[in-house]
Amino acid sequence: MGSLVRSAIGRTGILRGFPRIVSASQFAPFTSPSRPPPNYEGHVPLTIPERGLLAMGSAVMSLLNPRRGDLIAALGEATATPYFIYRLRDVMLSSPTGRKILKDRPRINSATMSMERLRSLPDGTVGREYAAWLDKEGVSPDTRSQVRYIDDPECAYVMQRYRECHDFYHALTGLPIVVEGEIALKAFEFANTLIPMTGLSMFAVARLKPEERRRALTTYFPWAIRNGLQAKEVINIYWEEELETDVKELRKRIGLEKPPE
Amino acid sequence: MSARPLSRGLLSATPSKHLCSIAPRVAALHSTPVNLNQPPLKNDQSSSEPVTHFGFQTVKESLKATRVAEVFSSVASSYDTMNDVMSFGIHRLWKDHFVRSLNPGRRPGGRPMSILDVAGGTGDIAFRMLDHSEKVSGDRETTVLCADINANMLREGEKRAIQNGYDPNRISFRVENAETLESIPDSSIDLYTISFGIRNVTRIPMALKSAHRVLKPGGVFACLEFSKVSSAPLDAIYQQYSFSVIPLMGQLVAGDRDSYQYLVESIKRFPSQLEFARMIRDAGLVNVGKGYEELTFGVASIWKGVKPLE
Repeated sequence: MGSLVRSAIGRTGILRGFPRIVSASQFAPFTSPSRPPPNYEGHVPLTIPERGLLAMGSAVMSLLNPRRGDLIAALGEATATPYFIYRLRDVMLSSPTGRKILKDRPRINSATMSMERLRSLPDGTVGREYAAWLDKEGVSPDTRSQVRYIDDPECAYVMQRYRECHDFYHALTGLPIVVEGEIALKAFEFANTLIPMTGLSMFAVARLKPEERRRALTTYFPWAIRNGLQAKEVINIYWEEELETDVKELRKRIGLEKPPE
Repeated sequence: MSARPLSRGLLSATPSKHLCSIAPRVAALHSTPVNLNQPPLKNDQSSSEPVTHFGFQTVKESLKATRVAEVFSSVASSYDTMNDVMSFGIHRLWKDHFVRSLNPGRRPGGRPMSILDVAGGTGDIAFRMLDHSEKVSGDRETTVLCADINANMLREGEKRAIQNGYDPNRISFRVENAETLESIPDSSIDLYTISFGIRNVTRIPMALKSAHRVLKPGGVFACLEFSKVSSAPLDAIYQQYSFSVIPLMGQLVAGDRDSYQYLVESIKRFPSQLEFARMIRDAGLVNVGKGYEELTFGVASIWKGVKPLE
């Protein structure tokens, strides 16, 4: 327990000194009729009240209708600043593979990830597990929305990378496809990446049936949080180079236990 | 052969002070204020294709219609919810007042009307016209043709007409471009209405000319559209609301921020009340009174014009 607390404190970086709590917007104060020009395609600079409204509105609407993936994504972006997305970007900068990812900026979509090639990989590899997961869910790598509300282009990429890697985290952790497994994965991501939206998503347990909730809270959550804290930062995994790695070997390298039953 | 001037009948029903005598009155020429929201150069020198505005973007004229169609295909199904959310339900009051002030329907001793509602896809105005003419004048023969450039919006309208049991002889739906109104014969329409649609038309003067063509002499042109809020402090609040809250609502309710960003930009681009009244005059229609009636501090306005008798 003590080691977990130590991991948690270490993860946030409180004792190291906050790594740049940059102001919420890198722009001079502006009004909505006269927004500054975008920093990247699709970028919408938001004022602080707009960001707050977006955060609250998307939190409420996505709790009411969890199928609105675009709102969950918007919630993630609206709550990522200040601090949290900068922290995550700095995590990437402090690791060699993280730096490589930031330099190459690989994207995960159906053009860059050939599903046929992944399906043909041996069982037990990261790529095969990922393809199996996508097929079971009936989704393609193209279902993730574009980041729009994060001002710094590099941090916008970090958020986009996190979003696109989510399905890989399913393959890595082995958490089941059921909805309580999905929420547990969010708990894992929160403990590991500290993205606020993942933490807020844990409140979705309130929507579960009692049996599912019991399973989530007693079986999956403890595993997820414990492993999220003690494992290495998953944002730094260069998935494109790990497709043929054996999943168990990758889990050992990252510091993950066997998935829960 | 002169039809009884319907304009007098339509307008005398309004409680407004701007009654028109039968003889068209040439309105005093106003010096129109400089419109800061001028559309960009009509001809792009680098290519021969003329350009126009799409919200705040500049696009080739030929593309604007497609882009507008895309916006409305995207908003069709959540159109009403969004209208209610954006205007706090006030759009219903505007439309009710618009229809009431036009008083569609047969006049005592007169003939039923042939009404054309342009850009009226989902049927908002058309249904109100039918209800009004039936309830107020006991008229079940006045017909409404609902024309729209977007087939999705029309489908939505047709669905509602069936659901609410409207007589198909009284209401019909047709795909038409407001600029040309190809299938509609000259001088065949008693009342032409366009509600929250004309700002989306690529070439507004052409739409006004088409309105002039299809109207019978003495027929009435009526337009309900967003306009400029005259009071500066109110306008500041209104602009803030438009550009902050409306695209956000579009994202939350309809999952589409960009379409609603386009909508608020197109509102800002639309000419002022006086400017548009002048454009109506230029198309050959006669302004009624000063040409427009403001609603809700100028957030929306009703413009009316009459096609002069020969």
